[in-house]
Amino acid sequence: MSGVISTRRASDRPDAVRLMLNNRLATGGLVVLVAMVTLALLTPLLPLHDPNATSPADRLMRPLSEGHLLGTDALGRDIFSRLVWGLRVTLAVGLSATLIAAFVGSAVGLVAGYAGGRTDNVLMRGIDMLMAFPYILLALAIVAVLGPGLINALYAIAVVNIPFFARNIRGVTLGLARRDFVDAARLSGKSHARILSTEILPNVAPVIVVTMSTTVGWMILETAGLSFLGLGAQPPQADLGSMLGDGRRVLFNAPHVALIPGIAIFLLVMSINLFGDGVRDVLDPRLKSGALTRPIGRTAIDRSATDAPIAKSGNVLDVSGLKAQFDVGSRTLHAVDGVDLSLAPGETLGIVGESGSGKSVTAMAIMGLVPTPPGRIAGGAIQLNGEDLLAATDERIRQLRGGAVSHVFQDPLSTLHPLFTVGDQIVEAIRAHQPLNHRKARERARELLALVRIPNAQSRLDAYPHELSGGMRQRVVIAMALANDAGLLIADEPTTALDVTVQAQILTLINRLRRDKGASILFITHDFGVVSAICDRVAVMYAGRIVETGTTAQILNDPAHPYTRKLIDCVPVLGKPDRRLDAIEGLPPPADDLPDGCAFAPRCPYARPDCRKDDVPLFDLGDERGARCLFPLAGHAS
Amino acid sequence: MATYVAKRLLAVIPVLLGLSIIVFLMMTLIPGDPATAILGNYATPENVARLNAQLGLDKPLPQQYLIWLGNLLQGDLGRSFALNRPVLDEVMERFSATLVLAGAALLLCAVLGLIAGIVSAVNQFGWADRIITLFVLIGISTPSFFLGLMLILGFAVNLRWFPPSGMYAIYGGGDLPDLLYHLVLPAFTLAAVATGVIARLTRTAMLEVLRQDFIRTARAKGVSERRVICVHAFKAALVSVIPVIGIQAGFVLGGAVYIETVFQWPGIGAMLVNAISTRDILLVQGGVLVVAASYVLFNLAADVAQSLLDPRLRR
Amino acid sequence: MTAPLIRIDAVERIFGGGRTLFGRMKPGVHAVQNVSLDIYPGETLGIVGESGCGKSTLARILIGLDAPTGGTVRFKGEDIAAITRKDFNRVARRIQYVFQDPVSSLNPRKTVRAILEAPLKRLRGLGRREREARLNELLDAVNLRTEFLERYPHEFSGGQAQRIAIARALAAGPDLIVLDEPVSALDVSVQAQVLNLLEDLKGRFGLTYVFISHDLSVVESVSDRVAVMYFGRIAEIGPSRSIFADPHHHYTRLLLDTAPAPGRPLHAPGTEGDLPDPYDPPKGCAFAARCPAADELCRSERPGLDAAVANEGHSAACFHPPGKAAAGRHSRNEKT
Repeated sequence: MSGVISTRRASDRPDAVRLMLNNRLATGGLVVLVAMVTLALLTPLLPLHDPNATSPADRLMRPLSEGHLLGTDALGRDIFSRLVWGLRVTLAVGLSATLIAAFVGSAVGLVAGYAGGRTDNVLMRGIDMLMAFPYILLALAIVAVLGPGLINALYAIAVVNIPFFARNIRGVTLGLARRDFVDAARLSGKSHARILSTEILPNVAPVIVVTMSTTVGWMILETAGLSFLGLGAQPPQADLGSMLGDGRRVLFNAPHVALIPGIAIFLLVMSINLFGDGVRDVLDPRLKSGALTRPIGRTAIDRSATDAPIAKSGNVLDVSGLKAQFDVGSRTLHAVDGVDLSLAPGETLGIVGESGSGKSVTAMAIMGLVPTPPGRIAGGAIQLNGEDLLAATDERIRQLRGGAVSHVFQDPLSTLHPLFTVGDQIVEAIRAHQPLNHRKARERARELLALVRIPNAQSRLDAYPHELSGGMRQRVVIAMALANDAGLLIADEPTTALDVTVQAQILTLINRLRRDKGASILFITHDFGVVSAICDRVAVMYAGRIVETGTTAQILNDPAHPYTRKLIDCVPVLGKPDRRLDAIEGLPPPADDLPDGCAFAPRCPYARPDCRKDDVPLFDLGDERGARCLFPLAGHAS
Repeated sequence: MATYVAKRLLAVIPVLLGLSIIVFLMMTLIPGDPATAILGNYATPENVARLNAQLGLDKPLPQQYLIWLGNLLQGDLGRSFALNRPVLDEVMERFSATLVLAGAALLLCAVLGLIAGIVSAVNQFGWADRIITLFVLIGISTPSFFLGLMLILGFAVNLRWFPPSGMYAIYGGGDLPDLLYHLVLPAFTLAAVATGVIARLTRTAMLEVLRQDFIRTARAKGVSERRVICVHAFKAALVSVIPVIGIQAGFVLGGAVYIETVFQWPGIGAMLVNAISTRDILLVQGGVLVVAASYVLFNLAADVAQSLLDPRLRR
Repeated sequence: MTAPLIRIDAVERIFGGGRTLFGRMKPGVHAVQNVSLDIYPGETLGIVGESGCGKSTLARILIGLDAPTGGTVRFKGEDIAAITRKDFNRVARRIQYVFQDPVSSLNPRKTVRAILEAPLKRLRGLGRREREARLNELLDAVNLRTEFLERYPHEFSGGQAQRIAIARALAAGPDLIVLDEPVSALDVSVQAQVLNLLEDLKGRFGLTYVFISHDLSVVESVSDRVAVMYFGRIAEIGPSRSIFADPHHHYTRLLLDTAPAPGRPLHAPGTEGDLPDPYDPPKGCAFAARCPAADELCRSERPGLDAAVANEGHSAACFHPPGKAAAGRHSRNEKT
């Protein structure tokens, strides 16, 4: 599915600025921030009172007084003038501290993360030492040693923030240093120093910027805080924190003296944080294309577009005209574009296709497991034992999931919850559908583990998924799928992540259970070898549609669609090493821009002009066979 | 599990030793003659000579450290010349007041932050999410000392609902209700920022977890949506939120410096600020050491809690 | 017989190990143990095995990205580990590598031009003009258009990205390219394109390949000789044809029987089981626990690679090699 949503853009730079400005809050923050920075920069040029000139006669004047826009403080100094000068100082100290911390911290993080081993250990133990002090306490201790003062406060805050940068950057660097492209750069002849500066740093830079944008507000708060305590700016110099500290002494009779600098700090930090969040949203790749949106419990259904259910058929599953789409930004990806399927009791149907063909989306759409957002069912009908699934309530779907229909997914490690024992996970599956008490459910779970041939089932109940091998984990998933004697098992590439010898074991297991339990299986795979081992019938998918369907033997021995033929021929076959592989030239069409006519025509060696005109229907070739081709291969004239 | 805890406990020892070295080095970094600096206004030649002998300040640095560490292990952190009492007594007395305040704040921010984060994530882009996000932003953008002043102005001076300062009433009082009554404003102020941070990270962690394959598995099993969120997702999210709560303990302990100053809470933060102003170095040293050590223990607790949740971490 | 290009002699790689602070032995994992083999100029040596068998570790040792903890790898008689300590680039000029995941092996923030120029500049020391000419040749060799030069990796499909990675390996002008699962991350229709391309390039540039894969059918179709690895050791080695027609190790037999192929019924392995615990390796043959022919000898003594010799150059580490008659290739002994 990830293949469907891959974004391909020439460059994300201009986009980033636009994205940023689209974010109204971030833009608002930016405007306020720019205004404040401009004010601070222009301060010496403005016609202001001397910020430090005292005038005992004019003390504690209210805001909007004659000659003093924001009033005066306890010594009769002009608050507006002090505010602007103070802003300048606070900004300068906060930003300098951020830059120092970012530079030193990032350097430490980069070196530690890239070098690894002993260097990493030594550097990070040092950083841990700094982290072992509660944040502000360390700043206090440094000021205590160096003595109060603005510059010392700056050093203190910078030092205190180094660990944040070091840890963040190290984490990212560590991940990057293990990536293959670093080894590739080594093999391209680059030295370590050059790799660090030209390969790693460009990838780390956004993280540094994000960390800066999220910590600079914090550092300004700390600068103000130390001054508030009288440990930063020393009188008569004004910064926002010391002004607030002064105001505190006259809080009860002249609250504005404290209120004004307090609000100024709040506005400054708020604008920085809003802007910083905007920067983070743009630079953090996880937030792109809605990666951090929460999928809801069931795929959204475009009910206006769904069809009325078909007449009763006696099949376990009937799917007709199913369409599933993904809305990614302004594009709509047609992942599944009108799929018809049916599955008789006890039958195993294989859906074969390459990544992006829509085979997994088709399978996941049946029980509403396609993530929304961005996915959506945009048409068609799905019937389970004659029941209209697209019209069913959420509660009904919940009852059916794991009850009448169970699933096995590809990667058994990520499929199982890492924090629960396998016993608890199976028990949960049982108790979601059967009124058993915990003890009985656990006994049933043990039987299930024994059924899927896990040795020492009793003790394995208390094992966590990470303590089992890949094959064992997949057995657990299968045991879970068998918990409620489901009539339909949907298996999405259940053996792809496994080694061949383990794959054979799992396939044998599925085959045996199918025979014993008489369940129907919908089996998704890309491997014709696996299909031939387990499936009764096959449906081949390409670009969101079924292009050919028939019994396994028919499809394998005598494919009618050129795509099927090519797909079989491009895979090396054991025992026939001398065959030159018949590669399929070109690439599948993008899911948001399907060509007119047959989607395979651009890659098809037999394509004729007619193929590119109109939609090609699935022609009935008799014998329950069908192919979506105007000119099926020899022997299949329609 | 027991061996894991034992291992973690052992690993704390070098950290504490490192802390003690840094705190010890503080003293030596002070410009000028340390004894004179420590004694400040009380630096008579006799006092200087006595201190030099007591701390071994004429000996080489490593030896000085060992003497200092030896004294430390016997509970001797020196004497505050400004207060004229042993540092340890003063520090422990003040520290208990800080623990009450910081503990209350930590509890508050953990509970509020987790709830707000989950509500926010579950209603992503809904009204509850927006309101919480706004409050979180305000929370992490407001200087806590300013918030404290405003709360005093509003709830103590104008509305007279809560006392403006102190830990107990000056006359009478001293019981638990009185303490809680005094605790409300400072604890809330201290918790504000940390609540925002925890809420934010909980939201992100929940959103990340809800995309995981095992959540899909839970749904495919027919587990109810409420259970998916409250059990499956929350437990997994908690694993990454707990260390953040541990780190927030540091922010809360440190932030107490401001809050204690603003609310005149007789804790160790207010003591430290005073001690720095009066250059009472031994008192600063003792205070920093005790708070830092307690923070290390907080983090140890967070580590253990995390490994209780996540079996993969127990090694 | 020609002199080998590379001679691997009793190579061993242990991860972890050493002693703790208190002098206790830390457990070490033998990723590769006592592997000896020669690679001859112009051949394709296939290395096949399941995950965790040590094939990737061996590959990294071959190109000098990792150093063996025992034994030597010699390139034309020179110890690779010794060369890399002095001058890493000297090895990189002769031996190159293609990674499994093409997307992860290309820096997302570098253009194709920057990626391909690095080896031309750093390894071959070409000037600007020469580089330009070579870039065009390289892209042409891997069937990519020159306008791709200014694009970033995320704009390419997996197959295209893998061609770029192959072009980068070619840019160094190597004698030997180590291909580590080069088509495993690709869709089947694209696999064939890349496999055919590799075949063409080999003839055109006179290359030697080490082709690592878990996929037997792919290995069979590309290799002249094959080494089967199990649990860090070579279980069987020999000419491709000979190995696939007449396996002399029960593990090879199992791999062949369980590999799914269209039109072949499912074969269940007789004994189920997992890899041995790497921290507690068995004393005898590592495969004994899963082997249908294992006896006391297998469990107590470890067979050397000369235990079963099929013919010149084809030998297996097995005391009781499966005979030709023991199990036919397309055996129907499916267990139910």
